[in-house]
Amino acid sequence: MSTLSNVVTKPEVEGRKLSIVEALREALQEEMRRDERVILIGEDIGIKGGFGGAFTVTLGLSDEFGSERVIDTPISEAGFTGIAVGAALGGLRPVADVQYADFLFLAMDQLANHAAKLRYMSGGKLKVPMVMRAPVGATTRGSQHAQSLESYFMHVPGLKIACPSNPYDAKGLLKTAIRMDDPVLFFEHKLLYGSKGSRKESGGLEVFGSVPEGEYLLPFGEAKVVRPGRDITIVANLLMVHKSMLAARTLSEQGIEAEIVDVRTLAPFDWQTVFESVGRTGRLVIVHEDTLTGGWGAEVAARVADSCIGYLQGPIRRVTAPDTPVPFAPVMENFYVPSVERIVATAKEVCR
Amino acid sequence: MTPSLLTKERKLGIYRKMLLCRMFEDRVNSLFLQGRMPGTIHQAQGQEACAVGVCEALRDGDMLTSTHRPHEHAVARGIPVRFLMAELFAKITGCCHGKGGSMHMGDADFGMLPAIAIVGGGIPLAAGYALSFKYLKKPNIAVCFFGDGAVNEGIFHETVNMAAIWDLPVLFICENNKYGASTLIDSVMKVKTVSARASAYGIPGSTIDGNDVVSVYEATLEAGERARSGQGPTLLELETYRFAGHSRSDPGHYRPKEEVAEWKAKDPITRFETRYLSDGLLTNEIIESYRASVEQELNDAVEFAEASPSPLPEECLADVYVE
Repeated sequence: MSTLSNVVTKPEVEGRKLSIVEALREALQEEMRRDERVILIGEDIGIKGGFGGAFTVTLGLSDEFGSERVIDTPISEAGFTGIAVGAALGGLRPVADVQYADFLFLAMDQLANHAAKLRYMSGGKLKVPMVMRAPVGATTRGSQHAQSLESYFMHVPGLKIACPSNPYDAKGLLKTAIRMDDPVLFFEHKLLYGSKGSRKESGGLEVFGSVPEGEYLLPFGEAKVVRPGRDITIVANLLMVHKSMLAARTLSEQGIEAEIVDVRTLAPFDWQTVFESVGRTGRLVIVHEDTLTGGWGAEVAARVADSCIGYLQGPIRRVTAPDTPVPFAPVMENFYVPSVERIVATAKEVCR
Repeated sequence: MTPSLLTKERKLGIYRKMLLCRMFEDRVNSLFLQGRMPGTIHQAQGQEACAVGVCEALRDGDMLTSTHRPHEHAVARGIPVRFLMAELFAKITGCCHGKGGSMHMGDADFGMLPAIAIVGGGIPLAAGYALSFKYLKKPNIAVCFFGDGAVNEGIFHETVNMAAIWDLPVLFICENNKYGASTLIDSVMKVKTVSARASAYGIPGSTIDGNDVVSVYEATLEAGERARSGQGPTLLELETYRFAGHSRSDPGHYRPKEEVAEWKAKDPITRFETRYLSDGLLTNEIIESYRASVEQELNDAVEFAEASPSPLPEECLADVYVE
């Protein structure tokens, strides 16, 4: 993975560089200063002398905002998620935090049956302005601290989903998510958090990006072409954006110019940007760390086949994790997680 | 317990509300059997003292959550019956604009969230509402109804524990009607009472005669005062019984006839009438005039519901997101 460490998403603006952890923390801090209805709720997020959440994102926030606004909970994911839903109905703007996205399954009823449906069931009278932050990605922790669960939630009408790949997007999207009146699942990749602080992930990327001081918001539903290219479109999210960028370098050396689309949000999904890109290149590869069957790449493939069939010059291919649980052994995990080599090989096949 | 502070007028109001609950359910049953409304229904005849006793102790701004058996809660909370009836008729004028139906009856504008039909699902929503009241320094409480079946859901444990450690202004109100669908509570709970579980969370708990509306009212009022003054939640178990089956299709063969008869003899409305006819608060004339006025209210509600337009089919696409 060391070959990845110098691949950084092109900065939006010149200026100070932050890690994703720092960018997320700053987003939380700014929104909490701006609006006192914003509260944080989760396990180990504010304890004095503690970690600031599993990956230090909330470190120091309880010093500024107190335990009334940075609420440490018992180990009760279903309970505190349901309480966040109720608090959102009651006029607060909770940002809840599960230490690992895998734990979202414990809170599935609260997210899928309540947060996602209360507006609908009430005939449009209610709103549930909450955010659930959840770290995804395989990092040699075995099967239950590793999954990429975005696709489960993309299948639930009523939820919005963000999955930023870099610090600039992370801050701008989180600030927007907090201000939204709909429930948002906010997925972060553990290997993208950056290496500052006590919880450096082995194999993690040195993803620092320029983040302007002061206010900016990024809209949901706007994908970003992070690398233009004429020959093939590669659609990716989170860590896979970085791997796809690296693959594009290799492909370029071999005469294939790949256009990389970072989806940034899965719900709403920016179909137009993907369709336009495929319209230009005529070829499509989708890359995600989620498993193959029923993953969000399947939806992209279906929509592109539906809308762009006349433009396609090759098969739509997906580079994803296989349909297995996440393994522990590094040699197996490296096989499991989509690699730069697999992206390159698949893109070349499609361009053949 | 302090002596009841209920005035004569309040008592009469409580009585009329119990009649409205019962007669609403009976009317819905008959309309349903005539095939005039879609879906299924879970009825609560026999549990009127729970719904009315609790709601009578609530104030404006308090928030109630309910279950798959919510009709009487909605009536008791004061949502106009025409909006409830229109929802059951799947009309656009219903309290959820036809998107909720029987199991999601409710209207936050009247202090009751759309009912939650996942067993135990409303419990953390009430605690979360209570967190918002506490945080925003509002003098309100949140109250959740749930059945005896819900106390074996994990979410009950997680939520009551958190509400206890944070002293949230929430009341956990278990309507123990003995059966979770067809399953007898004694066969799925080792302790003798639901309220015994309160001690595990360090909060007060008590078992109340859920067919005595005044007892229910007083217990709720006292627990509510405790919650409003920052002393945290209470678990109240209201012992009651549903006269009907679990849902429309359930004849209730799992319940001994003697047991049903025993509870019908404890009918909360008949008990109220007997008690207050003897002390002069009620007269047969009052009873008759109340029944007639409730009948009229329900006639109006049915007329309103039937005359209301259905939603357009494509309105199913709206209200998924705010923005």
